[in-house]
Amino acid sequence: MSAPDTATDLFLDVRSVHKRFGENIVLAGVDLAVPRGSVVTVLGKSGTGKSVFLKCLAGIVRPDAGEICFDGNALNAANAVARAEFRRRCSYLFQSNALLDSLTALENVALPLEQTTQIPNREIRERSLEALHQLDLEKHRDRYPSQLSGGMQKRLALARAIVTRPELVLFDEPTAGLDPLRRNHVFEMIVKYQRQFGFTAVLVTHDLPEALVASDQVALLDGGRMQFQGTPEAFNRSENPMVRAFRDSPVSLRDTVAALRRGETVTSEEDL
Amino acid sequence: MIRVIGQHSLSLVGELGDFAVFTTRAFTSAVGSRKLGRRVTRAVYEQGVRCLPVIVIVALFTGLVLGLQGYYVLNRFGSEGLLGTLVSLTLVRELAPVLAALMLVGQAGSALAAELGIQRNSEQIDALETMGASTHAYLISPRLIAALIVFPIQTAIFTLVGLYGGYLSGSVLLNLQSGVYWSAVHNAVEGQDVRECFTKAAVFGLLTIAICAYNGFNAHRRRSSTGARAVSASTTRAVVLSSIVVLAADYIITSLLVHHP
Repeated sequence: MSAPDTATDLFLDVRSVHKRFGENIVLAGVDLAVPRGSVVTVLGKSGTGKSVFLKCLAGIVRPDAGEICFDGNALNAANAVARAEFRRRCSYLFQSNALLDSLTALENVALPLEQTTQIPNREIRERSLEALHQLDLEKHRDRYPSQLSGGMQKRLALARAIVTRPELVLFDEPTAGLDPLRRNHVFEMIVKYQRQFGFTAVLVTHDLPEALVASDQVALLDGGRMQFQGTPEAFNRSENPMVRAFRDSPVSLRDTVAALRRGETVTSEEDL
Repeated sequence: MIRVIGQHSLSLVGELGDFAVFTTRAFTSAVGSRKLGRRVTRAVYEQGVRCLPVIVIVALFTGLVLGLQGYYVLNRFGSEGLLGTLVSLTLVRELAPVLAALMLVGQAGSALAAELGIQRNSEQIDALETMGASTHAYLISPRLIAALIVFPIQTAIFTLVGLYGGYLSGSVLLNLQSGVYWSAVHNAVEGQDVRECFTKAAVFGLLTIAICAYNGFNAHRRRSSTGARAVSASTTRAVVLSSIVVLAADYIITSLLVHHP
């Protein structure tokens, strides 16, 4: 793996994380260095274990081996108090949004404050309304998630993620299923609120152009390992074959389609 | 063969231990949980108010049939005056707690297992865990506390409606004087019977709602199925296990509390 371009204060330091489900080895020694206050995007094809990796970071999935250090403390060896402290400082935005469908938008946003803090109810309401206002959802506060569009649900999930003022936010495929305009909007939101609140962000996606623009660093997960980590500029320059394959996939598709239209036989990489 | 039996036995013991930890955690985590009262009220509404029509209907027909069958059997011996005794003791000691519990399992228990299974499938429970909330305090405790309130009340309603059903068939449809019927009811039922009735109702409520919650909450751990099928299988398992446990617990409690006049 390429070394990170900047040796800075690491907020999250992942070393040699392994995870398997039965015979299926998903992560085979994944490393990732996340500098404090940065946006780091993990790229990779579908099914390469990006979401599993993110769930390992969030503590939803327990790694078989390896070490995850959060702000200098190893989470693997952490006791219940330290884990609770990590969860207080970290938010997770699920690919499916995971909004509680029996609660209104306002109740969904207020939930983490209600259940994990001793803040008075009036302040919880004020902070929740403020989060909804910031994401332009204030007038939908009494609606249920099923009454909101996909983009609104995504914004609502983001409002719930930032209402606790976390220091680390993990985004699992935040733009999955969105059209290009909405995708841009979500990335804009992430960068805007990352700058505004100063949290550290780790994103998992396969939206390459947007990720390269919005991220301070990108990493490429393939074959159970991180094949690259560095700045978007370094990614664009990299001669790593896997990086090139991922980066040049639109060109490759264009060539393949042109060849098929000419009636030539084409063997795709996936068939090999 | 021996290995298979051993594996199943170990699996059963492990699951029983897991269930005990699950239920204990649900009660201990309720201490200090915010807005618990609001969630308990909602659970009481779901288990109580929504299930009331089916309880009333089943209780009425149970009382009607008991009154009808009892009248003709007692009439053979010229003892139809004991109809109130038969209906009241049958309802209070056995039928009301058992049938009310089975009706609540069929309606509220199955709904709870399915709801939790869907919440597990759609990552809503994972979301609660990642935000650091106690999933047991938020999702399970209110339902268990509500069960301890709702099951005895529903059983009492079942008993009263059942007694009225017995009165309808015995006195209104047939020839028994209403004073004779209600007097027999009044004389037959003792404090011990009522205590036994409410004890059973509370135990059935706790066990069945805990079983339904456990199966729904752990729908993702099923090895035989995934996704929607796992929710369906968990709900079915929850209802079947709860129904068996109600009948088994009924026998155990009866054998412990039975008193001879």
